[in-house]
Amino acid sequence: MQTFTFENTDTAAFHGVWVYCEQRRGALMSTDLELISEGRKLADELHTELCGVLLGDGVAALAPQLAGYGADKIYVCESPLLHDYTTDAHAKLICDLVAEYKPEILLFGATNIGRDLAPRCAARLHTGLCADCTHLDVDVASYVEFLRANSTLDEKGIGEEGLHQRFESDLKMTRPAFGGHLMATIVCPRFRPAMATVRPGVMQRAAFDEARAAAVQIVRPTFSLAAEDIQTEVLEVVKAAREMVDLLGADVVVSVGRGIAADVEKGIALGQELADVLGGVLGGSRVSVDSGWLSADHQVGQTGKTVHPKIYIALGISGAIQHKAGMQESGCIIAVNKNPAAPIFEIADYGIAGDLFKVVPMMIEQFRAAREAKASVG
Amino acid sequence: MKVIVCVKQVPDTSGKVAVNEDGTLNRASMPVITNHDDKSAAEAALRLKDKYGCRVVAVTMGPAAAESMLRDLLAMGADEAYLVSDRAFGGSDTFATSQIVAAAVHRIGVEPDDIILCGRQAIDGDTAQVGPQIAEKLGLPQITYAGDIALEDSGAVVVRRMLEDGYMTIRAKTPCLITCIKELNPPRYPSVSGIMECYEKPLTVLTYEDLKDEPLIEPDTIGLKGSPTNIAKSFTPPLKGAGVMLEGADRNTVTDLVSRLGAKHII
Repeated sequence: MQTFTFENTDTAAFHGVWVYCEQRRGALMSTDLELISEGRKLADELHTELCGVLLGDGVAALAPQLAGYGADKIYVCESPLLHDYTTDAHAKLICDLVAEYKPEILLFGATNIGRDLAPRCAARLHTGLCADCTHLDVDVASYVEFLRANSTLDEKGIGEEGLHQRFESDLKMTRPAFGGHLMATIVCPRFRPAMATVRPGVMQRAAFDEARAAAVQIVRPTFSLAAEDIQTEVLEVVKAAREMVDLLGADVVVSVGRGIAADVEKGIALGQELADVLGGVLGGSRVSVDSGWLSADHQVGQTGKTVHPKIYIALGISGAIQHKAGMQESGCIIAVNKNPAAPIFEIADYGIAGDLFKVVPMMIEQFRAAREAKASVG
Repeated sequence: MKVIVCVKQVPDTSGKVAVNEDGTLNRASMPVITNHDDKSAAEAALRLKDKYGCRVVAVTMGPAAAESMLRDLLAMGADEAYLVSDRAFGGSDTFATSQIVAAAVHRIGVEPDDIILCGRQAIDGDTAQVGPQIAEKLGLPQITYAGDIALEDSGAVVVRRMLEDGYMTIRAKTPCLITCIKELNPPRYPSVSGIMECYEKPLTVLTYEDLKDEPLIEPDTIGLKGSPTNIAKSFTPPLKGAGVMLEGADRNTVTDLVSRLGAKHII
C-alpha cells in the first residue's frame, strides 16, 4: 500500500482555492474555465488566492487562458509521463502538491476523468469529497440567499444563525440527490482541503480579462514522478469520429421525448429543423436515448447533461423529475405535449397542449418568419 | 483467480419518490433494486467465470435485508457472497464506506490474479466515488468507466475506458479494480437451477466484530463519526412559478407564442 502521510485536521493552516485544470490532447476543458470563474468567487469570499493546477506534457502555454478567467497563479508540472492521463500519476502529483502547499478548497470538473481522479485523491488525503455539485458557497449570507430562492425551506428551516455558528468558513457544497428529487448541502468541517467535483455546464464562465491573462504567474514546483509510480498503461486514446453535440454551449436547445414515438424519424427531423431555425441544437430525454433514437451525447437530465440555454423547447417530453433536473434552469422553457396534465407544464413558461407533429411545423414557419423579419430590420 | 464484485441495494428512484417532512428520503416507502451499474459489473464477473472458470464473490454493505439481493446474485451464478452489516457502519459517507468495504475485501483476500469489479455509481447517491476509494485503500490500480473488459494471455486486463468524447484503451496488471458502466453488458436472468441452488451457496455476514482487527478499521474512520463529510442541509427544490398555458394548438396559438417571445426580446 502507498505510504503517504499528511496532517490535515489543523484546518486553519490551509489557505487558497485550487482548481484541477483538466486538459485533453493539450486543450483545456470548458469545465476548467467554469471552475476558475467559480473559484474566483470563492477565493474572494475567503480573501485568499485562486490557483490552477495544470499537469501534462508541454501544457504551460495554457496558463494565460486560465489566468484570464481569474486564476492568480498556475502550478504547472510537465513530464513525458504526463502525456496521457493516468490516475496514478495525476493522483500522486495532486496529493504531493496539496501536502506541500495546503490549499483549503480543491475543485475538479465532474468529467469522467475528474470523477476518476478526485475520489482517489480524497481517499489518500483523508478528506471529504462531494460529488457532482451544482452550487458552491463559502459566504453564509450568499448561501442563505441561495436557499431562499432555491428551496422550499422557511426561515426557521434555513436557520441562518446556526449556519453562522457551525459552518461560517466551510465550503457549502450543494448537489442533487436521488435523481434530483432532493437537494443536499454537504460540508467537510474537520479536514482540509474540502473537495468537490462540479457538474459541467452549471457554473457561469466569467468575462475574459486580457490584463489578468498577460500577468499570469506560473509556478513550477519540483515534483517526483517515476514510471514505476504508474500502475496502468495507456495503449491508445481514441477521439470519437462523430462530432459530439455541444448541448452545454448552446443558446437554444430543442429536445424530443416519448411523444415522437408515433414517427421517430419525422419527430427528430422536426426537432432538428426547429433547432436549426433558432440557431440551436437538438437534445433528447432519457427515453429518446434509451430507445436508440438519439445517441447518448444528446441526453438532457440527471443522468445526461445539465443545460441552461436561453430557450429550451421540450417536444413530447412528459417532464420526469430526472429530465427537469437537467433543464429547469433554462431561461425560457416552451413545452409542447399532447397531455395537458404533463408535469413539464409545471415548469414551462409557455405551454401548448397539442400534437407536436401538427404544432411544430407551424412553429418552424413562424419562428423563421420572425427571425427573417428581425434580420431585415436589424 | 477470482472476481470480487461489489454491489449495492438502492431505492428505485425511477418511480414515485416519497420525501419526509424533514426533507429526507422516505426509504421505507420505496421498492429496492440492485443498482444498475452493479448488476452490469456482476454480469461482467459472470462472463469472466464462463470463460475462465474463475470464482465469483459478491460483496455488499447494507442492512440485513440486502441478503435478498445477494441471493439473486448467487442465483445468477455467483459462488459465494458476503454481507457487511453492522449498526457501527451506518451513516458512512463514501470515504467511510470504502474503508469498510476495502477492509472486507482484504479479509476475503486479494490474490495476485484477482479482479475487483464495482458499478460506476449508485443511483441513490450518484457519487461514483466508492470504487476508486476502495482501490486507493487497497493500493490497487483502478480503471473506471469500463465499456469493455478483456484478459490477455499474460493475465493482464485490457479495458476500454469510456470518455465523454471517445475512449482510452488501458492495460493493467492484476490485482486491479474496475468500475463498470451499465452499458457494458445486459445482466442475465437467474436460471431455474440457479434459483434452486442459491440458498445452498455460502453467504457470510461480516460485522464490526469480525472486521475490527483489519488495519483499515478504526473507530474514527467508519460510520457517521468516521465520515469526513456531513449533510448540513437537505431540502426540496421549489416548483418554478406557474407559466402560461396558451390557448388551443393551432396557427393562432403559435402566433401568440411568437409575439409573446418577441415582446420579451427572447427571440
